[in-house]
Amino acid sequence: MTSKAPIDLLPRPANVSRRGFVGGLSAGILGAVATEAAGAETLADVPDRGPGADLSAHSERSRFAKIDRIPEAGPGKRNIDPGNAINSKTPHQKLVGNITPTDLHYERSHSGVPDLDPAQHRLLIHGMVQKPLVFSVEDLKRMPSISRVVFIECTGNGWENWKKADPELTVQNTHGLVSTNEWTGVPLKFLIDLVSRDKSSSWMLAEGGDGAGVDRSIPLTDEIVNEAFVAYGQNGEPLRPAHGFPMRLVMPGFEGNLNIKWLRRLKFGNQPWMTRWETARYTQLLANGKARQFQLRMETNSVITQPSGMMQIQPGYNRISGLAWSGHGRIASVEISTDGAKTWTQAQLSNPVLPKAQVRFQMDWVWDGKPTRIVSRSTDDKGNVQPDRQSFIAAMGTNALFHYNAQQTWSIDEAGRVRNVLA
Amino acid sequence: MYWHNKRLLAGMLTFGLLASPALAFDFGRRATPDEIKLWDIDVGPDGKGLPDGSGTVAQGKQVFSDNCAACHGDNGQGGIKDRLVGGQGTLASDMPVKTVGSFWPYATTLFDYIHRAMPYPTPGSLSTDDTYAVTAYILSLNGIVPADGKLDKASLPKVRMPNRDGFVPEPEFDPARLARKK
Repeated sequence: MTSKAPIDLLPRPANVSRRGFVGGLSAGILGAVATEAAGAETLADVPDRGPGADLSAHSERSRFAKIDRIPEAGPGKRNIDPGNAINSKTPHQKLVGNITPTDLHYERSHSGVPDLDPAQHRLLIHGMVQKPLVFSVEDLKRMPSISRVVFIECTGNGWENWKKADPELTVQNTHGLVSTNEWTGVPLKFLIDLVSRDKSSSWMLAEGGDGAGVDRSIPLTDEIVNEAFVAYGQNGEPLRPAHGFPMRLVMPGFEGNLNIKWLRRLKFGNQPWMTRWETARYTQLLANGKARQFQLRMETNSVITQPSGMMQIQPGYNRISGLAWSGHGRIASVEISTDGAKTWTQAQLSNPVLPKAQVRFQMDWVWDGKPTRIVSRSTDDKGNVQPDRQSFIAAMGTNALFHYNAQQTWSIDEAGRVRNVLA
Repeated sequence: MYWHNKRLLAGMLTFGLLASPALAFDFGRRATPDEIKLWDIDVGPDGKGLPDGSGTVAQGKQVFSDNCAACHGDNGQGGIKDRLVGGQGTLASDMPVKTVGSFWPYATTLFDYIHRAMPYPTPGSLSTDDTYAVTAYILSLNGIVPADGKLDKASLPKVRMPNRDGFVPEPEFDPARLARKK
C-alpha cells in the first residue's frame, strides 16, 4: 500500500490539495482536521529537533489531537446547551483499538454528576439477608477483586435512526453511546455471601446516590450473580465522577442504566419494584401499542467507524474499520458488504476478542469510484446475527426508542462523500 | 483471564464463611434498623414500603403549582420537562404520547418517583402528605382519581392504571418465571 492511502479516510477540505492535505494530517487519524498547517513535502521540511516542554504530573493530549465527546439530548436534539444534555457521546470516528479512553467513555446521567466524598460514601446491603451490612469504599478495596474489560451501552444507542436517517450524522451521533473500559471491583457473589442472602430472593434493587436516586430491579439469574461486580476502578484509576465515583455496579452485557452509578444501596427481594426506569422509561413500545419490559440484555451489534458519516474518501485503496460487540458473549465474526448488502466478506478481528467487550474489525478495500453503500454485520458465539434494518423494524416497529441494533449503512456518492442512510 | 483471582476468591470465601465468620465480619459493619429506615424508601407495586400519611387532590393542586408546574406545565401538559397528562389511545399510533395517564402501569411508581427524585432541584423535600396529594392530583388530571379523591397507603396500590396490562415481559427475565424457578 502507499503511505498516503489510509489518510483519505478523513474528510478533506475542498480548498486543500490532496498532497498538502495528506501531509498536514500525517500525525494520523486521531487528529482533528488542521488545515492551517503546511505539510512536509520532503524530509527537509520536517522541523528540527529541540528540547521540549517540562515534564508534568499529568499527561495532556497533543495540541494537534482534538478529540471530544459531544453532549446531546434525545433523537434529533443536537448542538444543544450542555445544561440541557442528557448524554455525552464517544467520538468513535477518531478512535482506534478496542479500549475507549477514560475521559471519552460515553456518559448518561439522570440528574447530573454528583460530587461525592468517598470518606462519606456508604453502600448499604439489606432486605432478604441474614446480616444487613454497611460498607465504605475502603472496605471494598480490602476485598478480593477482579478486573474485566467490558462494553457498557446506553439503551438509546442508535436511536437517531428509528424513523429516518439524517444524512449529516457522524458515527458519534449514531453510535456514540457505547464504550469499552477495564473495570475493577468486588464480585457481587462475594458481597452476597457476606450478607448471607436468603436463597429465595430472586430480584435485587440497585440504587444510586445521584439526585434522581436512579434504581433498577435486577433479576438474580446465575449469569448475573456470577458476573456482576461493584467497581471502584476504571482503566487502572479510581472511577471518574461521571462514571460513578466512588463506586458503581457493573453488569457485563446488560443495559447501561442497570450499571448503577454512585451506588449506595443493594436490597434483596422476591419481585421487581417496578420503578419508573423499568416501566415508564426503559421499555420498548411496539407497533401494537404494547411495550417490551425487562429487555435487559444488549444485543449483537456492529458499526463501521472508518470511513463513516461526513468523511470523504478517494478512489483506490481504503481500509474499512469498525467496532463489534454483543451482550450475549464473544463476537465470532464480522462481515462487511461494500455493495449495499448484496455480497459479504469476512473482516479481520483485532485480538483480544473478549466476551461482552467491543472488538475492532478491519478489511482492505479498493473503491472503484462508483456510488455504493457499505455496511457491517456481526455474529456472536451464541449464533445471534445482527439483523438487517428491514427485518428489525418488522419486529420492533419504529416507536421502541431503545435497543436499536439494526445494521448501519453508510452511502458513498461519486465524490466519495460518506453519509448516514437507512438500508 | 479476567477470573485470574478465582482461586484466591474461592479461598477467601471458604475461609471467611466456613472457618471464621469473624473474618467475614471484618468487611463492613452491621447496619442498624434505624439507619436502614432512613434509606429504605422504595415502594413496591403491592404498596409495600408506602409510609403513613395521606393527601387530597385539592391539596395536590397547590403542591403542584408550587413545585412542579414550572417544568411540567400548569396542568401537567408538559413544558421544559415531561408531559404528565393525556395521550391515552395514542400508543399504537405513529406519534405515541407516553404520559403517567397513558403509559405508567402502576400508581405506586408515581409516588415512589416523586418521593425519591422530585422536585428536580431538591429531591425528597416534599412531605409525605404533600407527596400523596400531588400524586392524587396528577392522577386526577388524567381522570384516574376523582376530583374529590384522597390517597394513602391503603388506597394508592388499589388504583388501577389504564395501561396496567400494556407490558410484555421478556421471557428470559419474566418475573413470573423467575419466581417459579425458586
